[in-house]
Amino acid sequence: MTDTFTMDSPQPRLLDQTGQGVVGTPMNRPDGPHKVSGRASYTADTVMDNVLHGVLVRATIARGKITGIDRDSIRSIQGVIDVITDQRMIRNPAQGMAGEAPVQPGDAVYYHGQPIALVVAETFEGARDAAQRLNIRYETEKAYVTPEGTPDREVADPETAGDFDAAWKAAEVRVDQKYTTPSHAAAAMEPHAAIADWKDGSVTLRSSLQMIRFNKKELADTLGIEPAQVRILAPFVGGGFGSKLGLGPEAAAAAIASQKLGRPVRVVMTRQTVFDCVLRRSETAQRVRIGATQDGRITAISHDDTVSNLDGEGFSEPVSQASQFLYGADGLSFTQTVARIAATPAGSVRAPGEAVGMLGFESAMDELADSLGIDPVELRLRNLPDTHPMDGREFSVRGLADCLREGAEQFGWAQRGTAGTRREGDWLIGMGMASAARSSMLVKSAARVRLTGDRAVVETDMTDIGTGTYAILAQIAAEMLGLSPDNVEVRLGNSDLPGASGSGGSFGANSAGSATFLAARKIRARLAEQLGCSEDDLTLQGGRARGGNREMALTDLARDEMQAEATIESGMTAKSHFSSGFGAHFAEVAVNEWTGEVRVRRMLGVMSMGRILNEKTARSQALGGMIWGIGAALTEDMQSDRRDGHVVTRDLANYHVPSHADVPGDMQVLFLEERDDWANPIQTKGIGELGISGAGAAVLNAIAHATGKRIYDFPALPDRVIAAMEAAL
Amino acid sequence: MKTILTVNGKQHEVGHDSRRTLLDTLRDDLGLQGTKKGCDHGQCGACTVLLNGERVNSCLCLTAMHEGDEITTIEGIGSPERLSALQKAFVEKDGYQCGYCTPGQIMSATAMLKEISEGAPSYVSDDLGAPHLSDEEMAERMSGNLCRCSAYPLIREAIAMAAEVKK
Repeated sequence: MTDTFTMDSPQPRLLDQTGQGVVGTPMNRPDGPHKVSGRASYTADTVMDNVLHGVLVRATIARGKITGIDRDSIRSIQGVIDVITDQRMIRNPAQGMAGEAPVQPGDAVYYHGQPIALVVAETFEGARDAAQRLNIRYETEKAYVTPEGTPDREVADPETAGDFDAAWKAAEVRVDQKYTTPSHAAAAMEPHAAIADWKDGSVTLRSSLQMIRFNKKELADTLGIEPAQVRILAPFVGGGFGSKLGLGPEAAAAAIASQKLGRPVRVVMTRQTVFDCVLRRSETAQRVRIGATQDGRITAISHDDTVSNLDGEGFSEPVSQASQFLYGADGLSFTQTVARIAATPAGSVRAPGEAVGMLGFESAMDELADSLGIDPVELRLRNLPDTHPMDGREFSVRGLADCLREGAEQFGWAQRGTAGTRREGDWLIGMGMASAARSSMLVKSAARVRLTGDRAVVETDMTDIGTGTYAILAQIAAEMLGLSPDNVEVRLGNSDLPGASGSGGSFGANSAGSATFLAARKIRARLAEQLGCSEDDLTLQGGRARGGNREMALTDLARDEMQAEATIESGMTAKSHFSSGFGAHFAEVAVNEWTGEVRVRRMLGVMSMGRILNEKTARSQALGGMIWGIGAALTEDMQSDRRDGHVVTRDLANYHVPSHADVPGDMQVLFLEERDDWANPIQTKGIGELGISGAGAAVLNAIAHATGKRIYDFPALPDRVIAAMEAAL
Repeated sequence: MKTILTVNGKQHEVGHDSRRTLLDTLRDDLGLQGTKKGCDHGQCGACTVLLNGERVNSCLCLTAMHEGDEITTIEGIGSPERLSALQKAFVEKDGYQCGYCTPGQIMSATAMLKEISEGAPSYVSDDLGAPHLSDEEMAERMSGNLCRCSAYPLIREAIAMAAEVKK
């Protein structure tokens, strides 16, 4: 056990004083050569002797009960070993950081697509065939499958500051608009997968998961065993975006089957199953009201929303999260309604809240700017609040104004011109912008650092889901210990190692990075002691230690292994200061006046997100987020059957994630670096989600500028764009 | 049933279920897990391999139909110690994040560069006789390979970098 460092006061900037100079550099990922040569081992890549193949069977009713499973219907299929049904099977993946089993439904069916059995066979082909042919008998119950149709609605108490009604009434200029966004799928390229192997009363689970520390408890609770009997391995995760935060049905089923059959069992979801039962982002219906004075001071802000989820799921898409702190007003009010429906449950998908809430909110801001005749950048600059408008907390460090100004300058915003006036042949050209915001967090996290000579090892159960964890933890340890990052090995994704935050909510680098930093700092203290100098006087660089007029090679100073573990958790600074990444997105689009087709021609995202640990991987994440914004604005549209709730767009041909051709080469990212001393001892903020937050709104606002007309139901599919343009005639 | 295939220059005789896809044969019978399964439906491109020198989605190929064919997988392109120019460029440009679609992107790009050098035009080619490697050409020709991390601009920078190296 280790003592826990609590973030109770602003921290000194040690990483700006160390001498190695590797933190922040655009270092290539150490795991890169393995990824590009196909040697990185993802869950389903693990070769195991004697492995059985399992395929999940889905419910084909919206609600009711299973009354019989006709095992005879698949008896003739060669190689089928068993049909596993078990009271411990889970209805859907655990919500992020649940740390306990999700609903275990037994015979009950809660939604069309719910995994209800696992067919296990000697071959994948046999299991797949049998899973499709297995006859299930049901007793059906009435089900409400749409948010509009269900009577089961939970209206939360409004979250308010000041008197919104009075401010709204007194406002000189008002925007009052309704927006809708459809459900979104995370659609990570690696389908959810698990290989479970029971031996001697313990289970080893290889599974594509983001949060090992929590997943271990979730699996133990699901199976009714002790966490000590569970080992989880996830060294490489083929994308997560929230969809792999919690233990999934494939992992529970694989573990149960392996226990029963005494052999390792591999369960890889088909792409369609991923759409059916992995947590989706809820559809939203939003109403945004913004009131202002004639001279552009915002006085009233309200952002109400309706989202959906399945009964028993605590998560609800926090649609108005960023609307609550981006701009100030005399009165603010936010009310959420959760509609309970019998459909694929909802959960976290990249930037829950901002990813869809900012589409509505920042579109409304754009419309307000139009109504006032004030430039959209200027309107935002005029309305930055002094403190968090809802709770009065200080902003730790907020780069929004600089991002807005710098972005406008770099993008050539001054050349924007009047809406609906720029044309190139059949294409109408427009520019749009939006603010970016995504709050930043610190989550309890532990790491161990071991130094032997001039080589170090970092160990934590943290994951790298493409985010660059292998790179940044090596850089932090190398910086702190004065080593080349080549001399640092990072071991991740193994539940035997110290428990980290996991990857989610953009808090991974803040949390696991800080734990690594603190563990390395303990080793620095020991090195200083051995060298006979104070910690402040110690310089570690290039494998050598200097201090107190002495200099020694680490190979002499740390001949025996030095080991330190550290744990960090959030503390008083989170109560006094509000930490958030900020930025500004700019987009230029071309809209075909006949087909309604929208092409993004270029984008710029200017972001302030604390200290950048690796300029290369940070840029990749920011870019990826911006491209998700393009998807949300233009193509991503998860649709369900309005009779039984089944997901209709259940593959990648029908659910349109952006492809190469949707994304221009001219995608620019500019970091305005800052230090957030109140956030954590490495002064970072979250990166993974800021890129998406607001990016789609910039694209939508560019469409409005190109066409002179607005769309309120997203994404801006060609038929909607045409309808909007025709309404203009 | 049995099929004889040449994979990365080595001949194999594989016994397999008649329904087996080339993708599953490569991954589960021949131990070449570098080729990934993202959708099993020809929609994502993660399983792209070269079949007699041309790129195909191996999930849409039945093993039984490829008697005598020559297959090249990502393992046949380079190893961590000996990366091809394209593989090096992907590392240098960060043309990936999670890495899952990466083998497919690299296999597809390998074939795509050859297609352009042989003068095969695409929908966006200005000159049907002599297409050149513009960003637009790459975007068009690589659109069968999805990347949800959305490294697209960097993937294309990497391809352009590798093509430059080859010149």
